Amino acid sequence: MPWLAAHSDGAAGLCLAVAGRMVGVDRGILLSGAHKNDHAHAHTHGTSPTVAANVAIALENLTVTYQRHPALHHVSGHFEQASLTAVIGPNGAGKSTLLKSILGLIRINSGRVVVAPQRKRIAYLPQQAEIERSFPISVFDCVLLGYWQRMGLFGRVDPAMHQRAYAALTAVGLEGFEQRPVGSLSAGQFQRVLFARILLQDAELILLDEPFNAIDARTTTDLLAIMQSWHAQGRTVITVLHDYDQVRAQFPQALLLARNVVAWGATESVLTTANLQRAKAMAEAQDDHAPVCEVAA
Amino acid sequence: MSIVDSGIYQFAIAPFQEFAFMRRALIGTLALALSSAPLGVLLTLRRMSLFGDALSHAVLPGVAVGFILFGLSLPALSIGGFLAGVIVVGAAGFVSRYTDLKEDASLAATYLVALALGVILISKYGTQIDLLHILFGNVLGVDTGGLLLVAGVSTLSVLTLAGLYRGFLLESFDPSFLAASGSRGSGSVYQQMFLMLVVLNLVASFQTLGTLMAVGLMMLPAVSARLWHDTLPAQLVNSMVQAAAAGYAGLMLSYYASVPSGPTIIVCAGAFYLLSLLIAPRGWLPRTLRRPHLRA
Repeated sequence: MPWLAAHSDGAAGLCLAVAGRMVGVDRGILLSGAHKNDHAHAHTHGTSPTVAANVAIALENLTVTYQRHPALHHVSGHFEQASLTAVIGPNGAGKSTLLKSILGLIRINSGRVVVAPQRKRIAYLPQQAEIERSFPISVFDCVLLGYWQRMGLFGRVDPAMHQRAYAALTAVGLEGFEQRPVGSLSAGQFQRVLFARILLQDAELILLDEPFNAIDARTTTDLLAIMQSWHAQGRTVITVLHDYDQVRAQFPQALLLARNVVAWGATESVLTTANLQRAKAMAEAQDDHAPVCEVAA
Repeated sequence: MSIVDSGIYQFAIAPFQEFAFMRRALIGTLALALSSAPLGVLLTLRRMSLFGDALSHAVLPGVAVGFILFGLSLPALSIGGFLAGVIVVGAAGFVSRYTDLKEDASLAATYLVALALGVILISKYGTQIDLLHILFGNVLGVDTGGLLLVAGVSTLSVLTLAGLYRGFLLESFDPSFLAASGSRGSGSVYQQMFLMLVVLNLVASFQTLGTLMAVGLMMLPAVSARLWHDTLPAQLVNSMVQAAAAGYAGLMLSYYASVPSGPTIIVCAGAFYLLSLLIAPRGWLPRTLRRPHLRA
């Protein structure tokens, strides 16, 4: 069953971020629909937005603003099921904002995000700064948190699940680290732990926000291999990153963002010199006196 | 020689057998130790160690309203204090969720306003009785009603903590993971539930045991427990044991040395803290002993 992350207020108009027109996930609705023929349906306000069966995420004219300044500006397009996409672009291009709006963690200004996989089947790796590294928790318990979406507060983690957790730690090269506190790990080791946790989440859709930042070459190679195995298993993977060589070598699809979509499609057609120049030209500073945008929402 | 005549019995058990107020104080202290200390550990992990102090002021307007409407009645004062605490915590949570302000900033702003309102209420409708004095009870004056209140709150909060343990842990350790994987807002639900438990514990113990003792017994063992262990369950158990031991030792000391019991209990917890600072694995001594480093 798909859920709808956000909805449009229907009326076409200016993309003003005034309070009365703020629509998005906070006051939005999490609606579910049923599979019907080849289509998954999500419902809102009597309309039936439809996503094709092979689409994991559809973005429809999505705009997200911070204090009226758009971080994502009229973004439309879709991620196919089982695709492996790199999201690239300069700092401030809206890459992390895109992941957050897919997850419903952020208020959407206008437009819509339709996400086919259930919330329980999505794994998200945020940028490391958001995790409390000094927390007194062992590596093994941290990995076991990957069962949270299925087990909740009271579900029992049985021996078979423990075995899978050991296997996940072995897969990321951290055998024997089970009882170490997470605070004692290096940045690279901790990133391996988080990948092991995603292994246990068994997600249909995996969102990774700059997973290889400040990670050495060997760890990056190992983690990229795990990411490729997710792709081979038919999971949809979306990764934010900056290394164009990695993107060319590892990702069939790419989305080049500079608040607007600069290019989206097969990697070789996206990573052209002309496209990269256009993305680079995005003004990093926000103009406080910019006129109100008049593209139809 | 019977066990009753033995020196240890006379020293360690007889005071409680002989005096009902000592028994009630001991039971109240132990119940509080079991429920407050683990909450304190979670507070320190969230870097909210000073929250208890702020809250002891935030409940004042509720206590004042309870007193104005119903006079000196323990249930009225407790419920008033609890409601005031809940409103302050809820308002602060609401502000930090819907504005750019962080939790600590919105909490500081809200509790200061609450304290000011409390002072206004007391001076406007005040009596000769110092409400702060009511608020800051005395452990040796615990009556059966107060004991039932502390025991009930302690039971409720230990059970809630056990039931929501995974959620509380996740909300402190990796809130973005919780937010991304749960239904919307579940993170702030756990946060609010947790802070409600803290309010409940503090309010129940303010009036029966005194504010210094309530906050002290919550935070001091929690802070020292963090020096001993690398895992949360061990820290939680350690904090309970330290709080219970400080409670017992403090009552004994106050009995034999004729000093006020609440502060003595906290001084005992402080002694454990000092000891932990010195000899615990994360303390001073292991750092100072220059053991040869291992091979790379």
